[in-house]
Amino acid sequence: MNNIIVMPMMLPVLIGIILFFLRPYIKAQRVLSLLTLLANIGISVYVLQQIQQNGIMRLDFGGWEPPFGILFVADSFSILLVLTASIVAAACLIYSFSSVEPSFEKNFYYSFVLFLIAGVNGSFLTGDIFNLYVCFEIMLLASYVLIAFGGRKGQLRESIKYVIINVVSSWIFLVAIAYLYGVIGTLNMAHISERIAEVGQTPTLTVISVVLLTVFGLKAGLFLYFWLPGSYSTPITPVAALFGALLTKVGIYAMFRVFTLMFYHEQQITHTLIGIMAALTLIGGSIGAVAYKDLRLVASYNVVIAVGFILVGLAVATPAAIEGSIYYLIHDIIIKALLFLLVGIMIAVSGQTKMDDISGLIKNHPLLGWLFFLTTLSLAGIPPLSGFIGKVLIGEGAVGAGAYVLLALAFISSIFVLYSLMRIFLTSFWGETIISQDEEVPVRKGWLVSTCILAVGTIALGLGAEPMAIYIQDAAETLLNPQIYIDAVLGSN
Amino acid sequence: METLVTILAGVLVTVATYLLLSKSLIRVIIGTAILTHAGHLLIMTLAKLKTGTVPIVGEGNPVDPLPQALILTSIVIGFAVTAVSLVLAYRTYQELGTDKLDKLRGDPDE
Repeated sequence: MNNIIVMPMMLPVLIGIILFFLRPYIKAQRVLSLLTLLANIGISVYVLQQIQQNGIMRLDFGGWEPPFGILFVADSFSILLVLTASIVAAACLIYSFSSVEPSFEKNFYYSFVLFLIAGVNGSFLTGDIFNLYVCFEIMLLASYVLIAFGGRKGQLRESIKYVIINVVSSWIFLVAIAYLYGVIGTLNMAHISERIAEVGQTPTLTVISVVLLTVFGLKAGLFLYFWLPGSYSTPITPVAALFGALLTKVGIYAMFRVFTLMFYHEQQITHTLIGIMAALTLIGGSIGAVAYKDLRLVASYNVVIAVGFILVGLAVATPAAIEGSIYYLIHDIIIKALLFLLVGIMIAVSGQTKMDDISGLIKNHPLLGWLFFLTTLSLAGIPPLSGFIGKVLIGEGAVGAGAYVLLALAFISSIFVLYSLMRIFLTSFWGETIISQDEEVPVRKGWLVSTCILAVGTIALGLGAEPMAIYIQDAAETLLNPQIYIDAVLGSN
Repeated sequence: METLVTILAGVLVTVATYLLLSKSLIRVIIGTAILTHAGHLLIMTLAKLKTGTVPIVGEGNPVDPLPQALILTSIVIGFAVTAVSLVLAYRTYQELGTDKLDKLRGDPDE
């Protein structure tokens, strides 16, 4: 019965392998990969309903009861993220159909996108910390290939940096797991949490938690984001959108899991550290977002700001703030994909990457212009769009915890976000139209369809805050009460 | 015994760090491979080195099989990552005509 929760990871892997054998048949590849993601959406909606009725679901692989075997655990937090990731990936895939060159499609592009999704979903669902490392690696290996698709000089250069940074950070992850196993003697996340609660969070364990924080900081771009803008601004548009939407979010998810489930006893050390890192990320990201004129770099720095913003919620760790963080995480997955896709369309249409070289796009592309405006408002947090609720809740949590510095930085960064994107809107969409209509690359239907799906997503998430609240409150409750998770995993069937 | 293996892991990390900081791309990749192996030694050491039999009930004093399983998984991943990065390095060499990291920087506008 619970077998269904392995599907979000299993389906993409299987279909990805099948696609290897369908190499010449591009149509079949497209249809199969889109169907896989649609199936994932359906499965995650179903599982989400099941969790509301029957509580957290788990699947012990090979019948090995926890804590001895590896297992998948589906709580509301994981499944909400799987659902959002599937929707966004489907939109990026639709964009790929009309933008990716046939030569890429014949070279296993769709297979690697599916492997990336498999890794992302696996990371969200796993209940074992070593399995988390493995799923991270699946995701990263696929991303190493995807980032180099196209093989332009700049791309290869950034790929090398990206690969080396990630190999080293994965190594630190491995070392942290080794330490954890040496001290605690288990790898099951619920079991680790239980044992830490029994023996108390000793200084050794706190050090290990900080090592893990370093790893996830590197992956999520929390303070250690120096590699991020370069790497996220070189791949082809749909890949950049997938990276911007999903990869950093997996790091954030891991941070939430680790610091709410296992290492929640010494909050004045770990959570203060997260708070300081989030503050520095907000400052650095804001400076970066207004400093550059390259559209893709501005978009990448917006990713950095969002990471800082979400982690403010974890740093204050009040119920409202955690709820806000979950809300904002979901919002950010959708809106960052939309932002990267729109920026990609602007570059494709005008052939320029600097905002000063693009002018008056709105005359020939009114829909594109208004979509960009909508994205700007949503990112800045104007109601009724989806950014609003998350910001209000995180702000409420920060006020409740008395973290006024973080509160101020978080909201000042929103102004920087608004400014950096408004600047693009004013210079690139308004003004005199410098390119005549027949010189321009026409906007293809698939580009607008995919961006419209995401735009509808952000409006729906904003207007549908009330029905969504049930799931998000459930997710926050599980995060705040580790015992619920532990009982679900270690309790008998 | 644990001390000796820990020192060995330390030596490997030192070597790997030296290689990672060098300018040649191939050396950097070899550095990452060595780094991973230092990690494997660490996993084994932290789970305590001891003699014993296979972990089957009734076979005497069994050892913990989990570290071996972790290391095996990690070796496979390390192999795949090294393979991918070698291909990437070769493509970079073909495309940019150099394997020196300081020359890879090139023109910032390109």
